[in-house]
Amino acid sequence: MYTFLQYYWWAVVSLLGALLVFLLFVQGGNSMLFCIGKTDQSRKLMINSTGRKWEYTFTTLVTFGGAFFASFPLFYSTSFGGAYWLWMIILFTFVLQAVSYEFHDKLGNLLGKRTYESFLVINGTIAPILLGGAVATFFTGSDFYINKNNISDTMMPVISQWGNSGHGLDALLNPWNVILGIAVFFLVRILGALYFINNIDDEEVVTRSRKALLWNTVLFLVFFLTFVIRTLFADGYAVHTDGTVYMEPYKYFTNLLAMPIVLILFLLGVVGVLFGILRSYFSTTFDKGIWFAGTGTVLTVWALFLLVGYHGTSYYPSCTNLQSSLTIQNSCSSFFTLNVMMWVSFLVPFVLVYIFYVWRKLNSHKIGGEEGKTEDMY
Amino acid sequence: MFESLDPSLINWSRLQFAMTAMYHWIFVPLTLGITMIIAIMETIYYRTGLEKWKKTTKFWMKLFGINFSVGIATGLILEFEFGTNWSNYSWLVGDIFGAPLAIEGIVAFFLETTFIGVMFFGWNKVSKGFHLAASWLTWLGATLSAWWILVANAWMQYPTGMNFNPDTMRNEMTNFAAIALSPVAVNKFLHTVLSGWIVAAVFVVGISCWYLIRGKEKDFAIRSLKIATVIGLFASLCSLWSGDGSAYQVARTQPMKLAAMEGLYNGRHNCGLIGVGILKPSDKLIGSKQDPFVCKIEIPSLLSLLANRSANSFVPGVNDIISGGYKQADGSMAMSVADKIASGKTAMSALGAYRAARKAQLQADASLAKHVFNANVGNMGYGYLKSPEQAVPNVPLTFYSFHLMIILGCYFILFFIITTVVAFQYDFTRKRWLQFVALGSIPLAYIAGMTGWMVAEVGRQPWCIQDMLPCNAAISKVDVGAVQTSFFIFVTIFTVLLIAAIGIMVKAIKKGPQIEPEV
Ligand code: HDD
Ligand code: HEM
Ligand code: HEM
Repeated sequence: MYTFLQYYWWAVVSLLGALLVFLLFVQGGNSMLFCIGKTDQSRKLMINSTGRKWEYTFTTLVTFGGAFFASFPLFYSTSFGGAYWLWMIILFTFVLQAVSYEFHDKLGNLLGKRTYESFLVINGTIAPILLGGAVATFFTGSDFYINKNNISDTMMPVISQWGNSGHGLDALLNPWNVILGIAVFFLVRILGALYFINNIDDEEVVTRSRKALLWNTVLFLVFFLTFVIRTLFADGYAVHTDGTVYMEPYKYFTNLLAMPIVLILFLLGVVGVLFGILRSYFSTTFDKGIWFAGTGTVLTVWALFLLVGYHGTSYYPSCTNLQSSLTIQNSCSSFFTLNVMMWVSFLVPFVLVYIFYVWRKLNSHKIGGEEGKTEDMY
Repeated sequence: MFESLDPSLINWSRLQFAMTAMYHWIFVPLTLGITMIIAIMETIYYRTGLEKWKKTTKFWMKLFGINFSVGIATGLILEFEFGTNWSNYSWLVGDIFGAPLAIEGIVAFFLETTFIGVMFFGWNKVSKGFHLAASWLTWLGATLSAWWILVANAWMQYPTGMNFNPDTMRNEMTNFAAIALSPVAVNKFLHTVLSGWIVAAVFVVGISCWYLIRGKEKDFAIRSLKIATVIGLFASLCSLWSGDGSAYQVARTQPMKLAAMEGLYNGRHNCGLIGVGILKPSDKLIGSKQDPFVCKIEIPSLLSLLANRSANSFVPGVNDIISGGYKQADGSMAMSVADKIASGKTAMSALGAYRAARKAQLQADASLAKHVFNANVGNMGYGYLKSPEQAVPNVPLTFYSFHLMIILGCYFILFFIITTVVAFQYDFTRKRWLQFVALGSIPLAYIAGMTGWMVAEVGRQPWCIQDMLPCNAAISKVDVGAVQTSFFIFVTIFTVLLIAAIGIMVKAIKKGPQIEPEV
């Protein structure tokens, strides 16, 4: 039962992570604020369009953090306390973004409209790259070591320590992390463009979004496939039944074959993303691409997380001290807590249902020229 | 091997956390209260269908929206700071502490986020009834989020429902209900939420009075003010009651904090409550019999009565707690802090021995060590202290904060009695002095809330988790420079955002609800 709960919680946390990547379409859309929005009016439409969704991205980030904390506290402790700067910079940009929607168009906002718009672009660019880079370290490993015995050492009680003073910025020295970061960046731009096509009723914005699809897709595929292919053929961090960690050739490829369901999720996801993009690019009347590409993104990212957590794999490996690597077994909460939390997790479908219901009521019309004049706008 | 932690790292980490929390707390109390005031106003609009009530509702909603966005931005940082700055804490208690945080996200934040969307964007899209429900659900979401975070905080003040597991080297949850419904949590929730209502009520009354002073939007101002005064009166009376409840819980669970709150160094029977007083420099008072006050006004026996519900009961002071040997509320004799430190060190070495024996598979040694460990684990946190004096928090800061809060609490009761009477029985537009007093009281409400948290958080020092984990063992090992840099970045960003938020609010207030035609 304990083992089941560990797997269950890894699946839940992974799903939240996958939803987060999908919801980063807000960031992707914002990163194109100035390339797609050439006029004040079209930028206003774009900001209002993502402005109705950003809080979900934000809240999903918060909940992802909380759920990871509750179910795999050793990860929370090791990664956040160690890769300090990587996470701090991500958080900074989210702070700037959170206020920009509310502030940018208001009188007396101190910094001026342009500054807040550029905050949105900054967050839209940096957050996906760094989050992607952080996810890549699940495959490539980080530089930390853990010694639980430190707790009884009153001089130096800290159990998780980072091996270098880059404190997370070192992740960006590994090109593979950067490659996944860039791939995520282009992916969320694609999702952002598809979202605009679906949500905005304005010739210019929609045409430009369609155009943007092409080259973002090409670049996405180049970076994403590079990362995936190299990862499948690289050595992976495997775990013995007794808990010792060792390097195994083709580990992730083996995992994929050993878990056909994950393979199917992954392939379905990729197909969904590509279908959403291509159909939207070639048909000027098709505006549902975001649903296909969005679902596809969730499935693909979910599959990647499952790949790195299940089947005797270390999901947060230490490349400098293999035996410090985190596995879902050695980093999870107690049986009792996971059990309590499982009951709580049954609330998630209800949450999804009311969100869906409310947005059906609210979003029956696209955001267009007419509505730009009503007062229910940012 | 012979590494040690830089003390200034601990101080900077504490400073960074305190600063972020205090910025968060500038925005949160208004949210807690004003969402309710807004929902009440909208209920009246729903009942009467009068356009002026809709405009009134929308005006206060606009101010709330500005406040809210900075509130969640600061909250995000706080949540992740548990990991970034208190990583050892995150491991040691994550099994317990993570749960309320996750539940808060799933249960409360999504509720708030979703229905706030309806509140702001739904006026012309959903039915009136649905919109009203959304406003109430936003209030509910905010209140639930306060509930769960305060459960987390209350658990740090009064850790229950868990056990230390030497095999995993952390504390593990054993009883969820004991944590979620502990008396400390319930009390904290009541007192904190009520304090948010006070802040919002003073805010609404004060801003309304600004319109009266300016002679604009009089009907609107009186309408808003009447609702707020009633809520304020109710909340301020209840906060006296829940504040007394808080103090009672503190006496039960954190006697050292209580002693610091009252500047009580040497305990007594029939102990009096200090009304106002000035303390002598605190470094000379530990271990000394002298009177700690330069001057004071004291209400006889009241502290004994409030703390233990019996006027002649004994209330221990700082020095009694350090030296031990008095009878505690549960009837047992108090240990001295020095003995607790010794016992804590025993627990730690037994823990080390246990782990070593387990590794070498020496069963007999392991069970012996475990036995010693279990006998001393209750004091393990004390093992990290170097001297008994370290167990004493900053007494003057706690004392003055506490008394400022109480004085302001009493002031607000008076304030709301007067404003309610004037609002309902007399003509508020003609009481100019009261309008200025009300406007000037807005900052006081924020100060009351802030000092309340100073009492709660500074008073529990050196403990991050009472008796279990002092701050210096809770920390992440990063470079001091990194924490300093992030601290200054945060201070700058938050200060700029605070100024911008105030600027936008002031502009929005000047523009007004635009119900009366401009003259
Ligand atoms: C408008 C704000 C406000 C007002 C007028 C009062 N309080 Fe308060 N107080 C708070 C706002 C607050 C707070 C911010 O909500 C705190 C901080 C931590 C907490 O649990 O609530 C708090 C904490 C707090 C604590 C410490 C609890 C702990 O350490 O866990 C005590 C003993 C009191 N209060 C007692 C009182 C009394 C006797 C008051 C007299 C009327 C009073 N408070 C008025
Ligand atoms: C130090 C501990 C705290 C942490 C880690 C924390 C965390 C957070 C986070 C992450 C958010 C953003 C939620 C979102 O995405 O919508 C938030 C907002 C909020 N928090 Fe906190 N919080 C803390 C203290 C408190 C306290 C003490 C209260 C109230 C008693 C509180 C009440 C709220 C409310 C009402 C909101 C809604 C937004 C607002 O208007 O400020 N929080 N908090
Ligand atoms: C929003 C209202 C709050 C305010 C204004 C506040 C204020 C403070 C202050 C002033 C300190 C520094 C104490 C010192 O170092 O001397 C502190 C520390 C801390 N508080 Fe709070 N606090 C709040 C809510 C919370 C909540 C709800 C939690 C937990 C759920 C929490 C957890 C902590 C932690 C972990 C520390 C750092 C360790 C320590 O110094 O004890 N705080 N807070």
